[in-house]
Amino acid sequence: MTADIQDILNEQSENLAALNRDIAEEDKGSQFLSFDIGGEEFAVNILSVQEIRGWEHPTFLPNSPVYIKGVLNLRGTIVPVMDLRNRFRFKRADYLDTTVIIILKHKNGEKERLMGCVVDGVSDVFNMEDSDIGEVPSYGSGVDSRFTAGVMTVSDHAVTLLELSNLLNLDLIDHPYTGVANV
Amino acid sequence: MEIDLSQFHAVFFEESFEGLDVMEQELLNLEEDTDLENVNTIFRAAHSIKGGSATFSFGQVAEFTHVMETLLDEMRDGKRAISREIIDLLLKSVDCLRGMLNKLQDGDEVSNDYVELVNYFNQLLNNNSVSTEQVDSSDARGGNSGSSFQGESLNRFSILFAPENYILQTGNEPIRMFKELSSLGSLQVETDLSKVPSFADLDPELCFISWQLKLDTGMDQLAVKEVFEWVEDDCKLEITSFGEENIEPDDTVDQGVEQGVEKIENPQVENTAAESFSTGDNTLVEPQKKLVPIKKEPAKVAAAKKSTTTASIRVGIDKVDTLIDLVGELVITQSMLGELGDNFEMSKVEQLINGLRELEANTRELQESVMRIRMLPIGFVFNRLPRMVRDLSAQLGKKIDLNIIGEDTELDKTVMEQIGDPLTHLVRNALDHGVESIEKRLAAGKSETGNVTLTAFHQGGNIIIEIKDDGAGIDPQIIYNKAVEKGMIEDGIDIPSEQIISMIMEPGFSTAEVVSDVSGRGVGMDVVKRNINNLGGSVDISSVLGEGTTFTIRLPLTLAILDGQLVRSANEIYVIPLASIVESIPLTSIQVTRIAGDMPVYKNDNEYIPIVDLCDEFEIMHDRQTSNEGLVAIVEGENRKIAIKIDELLGQQQVVIKSLESHYKSLQGVSGATILGDGRVSLILDIVGLSKRSVERVSQKKNKVA
Repeated sequence: MTADIQDILNEQSENLAALNRDIAEEDKGSQFLSFDIGGEEFAVNILSVQEIRGWEHPTFLPNSPVYIKGVLNLRGTIVPVMDLRNRFRFKRADYLDTTVIIILKHKNGEKERLMGCVVDGVSDVFNMEDSDIGEVPSYGSGVDSRFTAGVMTVSDHAVTLLELSNLLNLDLIDHPYTGVANV
Repeated sequence: MEIDLSQFHAVFFEESFEGLDVMEQELLNLEEDTDLENVNTIFRAAHSIKGGSATFSFGQVAEFTHVMETLLDEMRDGKRAISREIIDLLLKSVDCLRGMLNKLQDGDEVSNDYVELVNYFNQLLNNNSVSTEQVDSSDARGGNSGSSFQGESLNRFSILFAPENYILQTGNEPIRMFKELSSLGSLQVETDLSKVPSFADLDPELCFISWQLKLDTGMDQLAVKEVFEWVEDDCKLEITSFGEENIEPDDTVDQGVEQGVEKIENPQVENTAAESFSTGDNTLVEPQKKLVPIKKEPAKVAAAKKSTTTASIRVGIDKVDTLIDLVGELVITQSMLGELGDNFEMSKVEQLINGLRELEANTRELQESVMRIRMLPIGFVFNRLPRMVRDLSAQLGKKIDLNIIGEDTELDKTVMEQIGDPLTHLVRNALDHGVESIEKRLAAGKSETGNVTLTAFHQGGNIIIEIKDDGAGIDPQIIYNKAVEKGMIEDGIDIPSEQIISMIMEPGFSTAEVVSDVSGRGVGMDVVKRNINNLGGSVDISSVLGEGTTFTIRLPLTLAILDGQLVRSANEIYVIPLASIVESIPLTSIQVTRIAGDMPVYKNDNEYIPIVDLCDEFEIMHDRQTSNEGLVAIVEGENRKIAIKIDELLGQQQVVIKSLESHYKSLQGVSGATILGDGRVSLILDIVGLSKRSVERVSQKKNKVA
């Protein structure tokens, strides 16, 4: 009787150990979400993704730069939407069925802020160790170098990691008539 | 078991400040009406502050409130007449306590300002023989107590304190009582351990110790007995008086205290005992010192630290109960609808419509009562004014009655916090500039006492606050001359008198001939106006020369909801605050002219109102062909009018204001956003910002041309 119980317990602890090993394996490096913008692939750390929504027309913000599409209602909070295709100066910015808005979190000063980013479609979620992230070549990409953090190779194609601290930085968004209201 | 008391500090401070407010109010009431119930209320407030501060080891506060309490006790027992001096003293003590508590709250050391007041209290108290007539004159008192202090009479008590063994379970702590006794005078403690059982039989929760105490104090037996007030029934207590003795305090007494306290083995007590004795020592050193008004410092500290505290709200339980009821209703409606949805047939459509109607009603009620939680009676702001009026009228040598009407009128907490200062300023102004001096009043055939009336009431979605005085009123001619002198207007221009009077709210305008301590520096009225405008409100002045002035403040009840007019421009829907709309006119029926810098204007009577086309102003993409369709909405903000060109007027509705800034930047011309019925975001127009933008652009254009 006791031997049976002992066996069961042993088995369970082995299972647990195996599970832990699996988790540890998964845990190496970080998880990333990759998405498609104008045929190129970009990625962000998955921890900065709040949610993904289908494309809907946001409310226009006055005098906004072309890449700020407006604001939308995210369950009661007002969240701005930026079109990454415009931001990266891609020629085409079509709104199709696959077009989605990725709501990204970022710290701006002390506050956590949200920004919706329009992309052509979500591609994949993958693991990548920090050491496998290479530097962005200084040539080639038409994307502003402040917005890129590194390049990774995922199943034989290159994925550009985005630097959210600059991309979503409100100070780098050149919006006329801002910040002067309540003086 | 050690309990971390600091977690209760916030509550203690909050309650203490409330208690101080109560004391202040009741003290002011006491002046008019020496009702015993008032004294009791003050006493209770002081007592809870004392109790709390002793529990949290704020020894100085406890010590101070203790002497206050002793005086109040005498008042309560009718032993001491209530005079203006005593009320003054108690009011000053309230200020002082507030300062002390503020410092403690910020984690600062308490300054020794209060010692002066304690000394004064002690003098007053020790002078037991002082009759009512003597109390009337503060000079006499200073002299009297000075001389009587030389041979201070001390009572010597022998106290046997043998608590029942369950005393500790009742939450009474002998050490605390001894601490309090030692604040009355010098205390010697001897401990009787004879009843303590052997260690094996010892129940740690029971108290087997009794004490023999010797106390030399200036207090009478009653004061000593009061220390034991809460344990009287749970102990054997014998207080015997050794009679009076003239004792010169010296070091040996001090040591006695230390020795005595050492026996109960608590170093902390030792400190406090020695400390409080040393303050007693001060009394003897400077008995002649007269009461000097406490420095303004505490008040300033209070103002400076406001931002560090986290905001909290005290909500009446009835409001919370209403909420719970409503949520209950909502759940019932929801389950009813859920059931309906599970097996729906077309025959049940009537039921569905009813259910949805009920849901709508519930939701609206729920929204309203959630809003109501933020609403507090304006009395919170009004209550600080009587004290100010009292002090200020004494300072100005005027007699002024302050009447308050409608202090139960509720408004949003945020609005209330921000209306306090402007309101105080307006009342100060009414006292200083409004109400005339006694001589002038008599000469004008008015009664000696001036009246300032504060009225608050609801009107539509607004709260109206009126500040009315029966003083001299504002002379438009003086204002006019002053404005000419300051170059604000040109001489000879004809301006209606209301408009002239409203000029006192322009920056840099003060008409007081003498700049007084109270007001008249010309900053203030413009700040008042700006603050109120920032809250989305307005100020109006009406004044009748010789009869008085009325300031009318109009404020939105809450900052969270706005009455809005929905308008369409191209494909975008905007919200214009309803309060700012003057009128709307079809574009076809007005005459548009263009002036300086190709700016379209609309000529209305004698003024040119610039026309702002939202499509151009906001750079909205549109395919509008003709520009003559649609209409203009004439809107006004900060006395500036603009005509907003729109395509269509839609409905009016209350909108909940959301901030753009929580995730983006603030935009000039847009004060916020709201969510419409269909879930889409709509921007709320900021009229003042828009008119500034258009003015700025015109001047830029001009510069370019030049």
